[in-house]
Amino acid sequence: MSKKFSLAVYVDNHFGVLSRVTGMFTRRGFNIDSLTVGETESPKYSRITITLSGDGYAKEQMLNQLRKLYPVKKLELLETEESVRRELCLIKMKHDPKTRADVMSAVEVFRAKVIDYGVEALSIEVTGEPSKIDAFVSVMKPYGILEMCRTGVVAMSRGSKCIKDKTDISSEIEEEVPVISENDQRDIF
Amino acid sequence: MIKTGAQIIVETLIEQGVTDVFSYPGGQVLHIYDALYEYQDKINHVLTAHEQGASHAADGYFRATGKTGVVISTSGPGATNLVTGIATAMLDSVPLIAITGNVPCSLIGKDSFQEIDIVGVTMPITKHNFFVNHIEDLADTIREAFRIARSGRPGPVLIDIPKDVQTAKYEFENCAPKPRIAMRKARDEEIDRAVALIKESKRPYIYLGGGAVGANISTEVQDLAEKIDAAIGCTLMGITAVPTSNPRFLGMQGMHGHYASTIAQDEADLIIALGVRFSDRATGNKARYAKNSKILHIDPDFAEINKNIPADEGIICDLHDAFLRIMEKITPASNPEWVSRVKELKAEELAKLESDEKLFKSQLSPRAAICMINQNKNADTPVVTDVGQHQMWAAQFCEFEKKRTFLSSGGLGTMGFGLGAAIGAQVGTGKRTILVTGDGSFGMNLNEVATAVKYNLPITIVVMNNGVLGMVRQWQTLFFNKHYSNTTLERKTDFVKLAEAFGAAGARATTPEELDAALKAAQGRSGPTIIDCVIDKDEFVLPMLPPGGSVDDIIVTKEELNLE
Ligand SMILES: Cc1ncc(C[n+]2csc(CCOP(=O)(O)OP(=O)(O)O)c2C)c(N)n1
Ligand SMILES: [Mg+2]
Repeated sequence: MSKKFSLAVYVDNHFGVLSRVTGMFTRRGFNIDSLTVGETESPKYSRITITLSGDGYAKEQMLNQLRKLYPVKKLELLETEESVRRELCLIKMKHDPKTRADVMSAVEVFRAKVIDYGVEALSIEVTGEPSKIDAFVSVMKPYGILEMCRTGVVAMSRGSKCIKDKTDISSEIEEEVPVISENDQRDIF
Repeated sequence: MIKTGAQIIVETLIEQGVTDVFSYPGGQVLHIYDALYEYQDKINHVLTAHEQGASHAADGYFRATGKTGVVISTSGPGATNLVTGIATAMLDSVPLIAITGNVPCSLIGKDSFQEIDIVGVTMPITKHNFFVNHIEDLADTIREAFRIARSGRPGPVLIDIPKDVQTAKYEFENCAPKPRIAMRKARDEEIDRAVALIKESKRPYIYLGGGAVGANISTEVQDLAEKIDAAIGCTLMGITAVPTSNPRFLGMQGMHGHYASTIAQDEADLIIALGVRFSDRATGNKARYAKNSKILHIDPDFAEINKNIPADEGIICDLHDAFLRIMEKITPASNPEWVSRVKELKAEELAKLESDEKLFKSQLSPRAAICMINQNKNADTPVVTDVGQHQMWAAQFCEFEKKRTFLSSGGLGTMGFGLGAAIGAQVGTGKRTILVTGDGSFGMNLNEVATAVKYNLPITIVVMNNGVLGMVRQWQTLFFNKHYSNTTLERKTDFVKLAEAFGAAGARATTPEELDAALKAAQGRSGPTIIDCVIDKDEFVLPMLPPGGSVDDIIVTKEELNLE
């Protein structure tokens, strides 16, 4: 059964690390839905958030193959139900007085924001769950989307658990069994 | 003490215990070569004919000795010539340190002369790689590279060092090699579950891979087999994990495995898999693999468990430690039915082999040739192969007592691996080394005969000369209606004259007696000998599991092939 999930990956903040990580996905034939990279609370690490779908086998393989990459220091599986997920989207719309009112009310309903306003075009920023963005985009479509850009998903686990408190992978290997499979209920952390 | 980057490189290698490097000079490693000149009494430099040969030599050096091999090359073409060697090491989990020079940092990214992003090129074929652009990081990066290469499941690490980092000066202080990253130890519950599986089993089969050779568990494995009446089999990479003379050892299983080993694995009720990755060449059709048995999979690489074949119990751990602990808890169990079944299979195999032998066309059958080699080697003689039919014959029929005496490119199947690897094995062990190669494979890197002559290395090169790319021809015979598309070599190369031209000794053998004499003569020489061992082009490697097939489709004898 294929399911969407996200992975939070803390990597050494070095050049070349991103291509190492994405290269592994390509090489192993895993498709990425979205990938974002950015700073973290620590200058030592960058955080890569990867969203993808796959069955239990693919999930286990991805986690294990990621662990094998030397710059990968911490790793967390973020199942949809147990995490908060956000995405930001910028949309440039044709500015047509005939449809302006409809666009504006959609902006209001979706708690989006107009961030640029001109005679011929206006730009909207919308933030939320990826599904909310999908919905907003489909509402906007008939009014003429000129350009659109989505950041991809950023995600974090719910509650007080923090990825930074997890032991580094190299020491973790000694303590914990990082195997998960459909019928294996062991906690991966 | 203040040293140049180049001196730091060589100092750090020495500090890591390196005594030999295989390499080839060039513009971006001139400074390293100057340091090698300075330290020549501490580090032996082997100049090969080609960087590929050097990379296979560094690889073979490890396979034969367990000591990490080092290869150095210049940027651009020197670096790209390492690619096949690095990939070969990667697929067989060989720790290999590849050091490449690169253009100075100021010229990086400008498509400068001989500039190649070798870190990018080798990313998917190394365990890890580094680009060192600061002299401050140089020594520690090299140390870390050794640690990564040697830890857990070993693998190649490449370090790319721009020229200006080699000339920069920095404080250098020697330090002891870092310990390996500790391997996870199995939990008690896991050991208990493994023991329970073993106790339940009435037909146990111990399955050894390359990981088992490295883990030093030969004695323990044999003890376990003795205690529980298990059969022992292995993968191509697992050959030498236990001596072939052990009566419970059935040899390699899989696509060209021994009949008894493949069948026994299929009939077993428990496969105790140690340091294997269940490669497609070993399992055949995965859907039909091991359908009668449970699988206990023990491996240090966490990504291997459940990757190719789901395990009933998978333990990610230090094999050696786990095995000792399992042994403590195992009580002897006799399984006489299984023992007699395995004996029966072995007898059947021998009978089939002998009846088939009569159908061989050549005066010198491949098996007879390998038997001659067995009679002319010692327990510690490294036997190296290339890739093709000759490789499978060597894997099937060579006898081994000691671990690390069989060197073969398993995962990548690299034709041209053999001679370089034999040079590395010879330099590493100091023992006479035997290379079993094919006329096709030998043709790929035979330039390294020059290297063997230069250093007067006692290597006996047995070219199983069938005039064809035999392994491919075999597939064409069986699956392509004998359309021998570009597999007949028709080269007219005279290997005896070739040997002479290189300054090596040469001989031709067309019968077992001639081969025996040639092998004995080679032993009397201090340098390399090429023996042109003439065999028929239509010999087959059997048994064979046809591609996509399983044990049910096994072809054991020529008769079963229904040729003509
Ligand atoms: C570098 C490389 N190229 C191609 C192949 C495909 N291949 C596998 S076996 C083989 C034939 C080998 O011929 P030879 O060395 O003469 O050995 P034989 O099978 O005749 O004993 C070929 C072409 C390979 N394994 N490696
Ligand atoms: Mg041949």
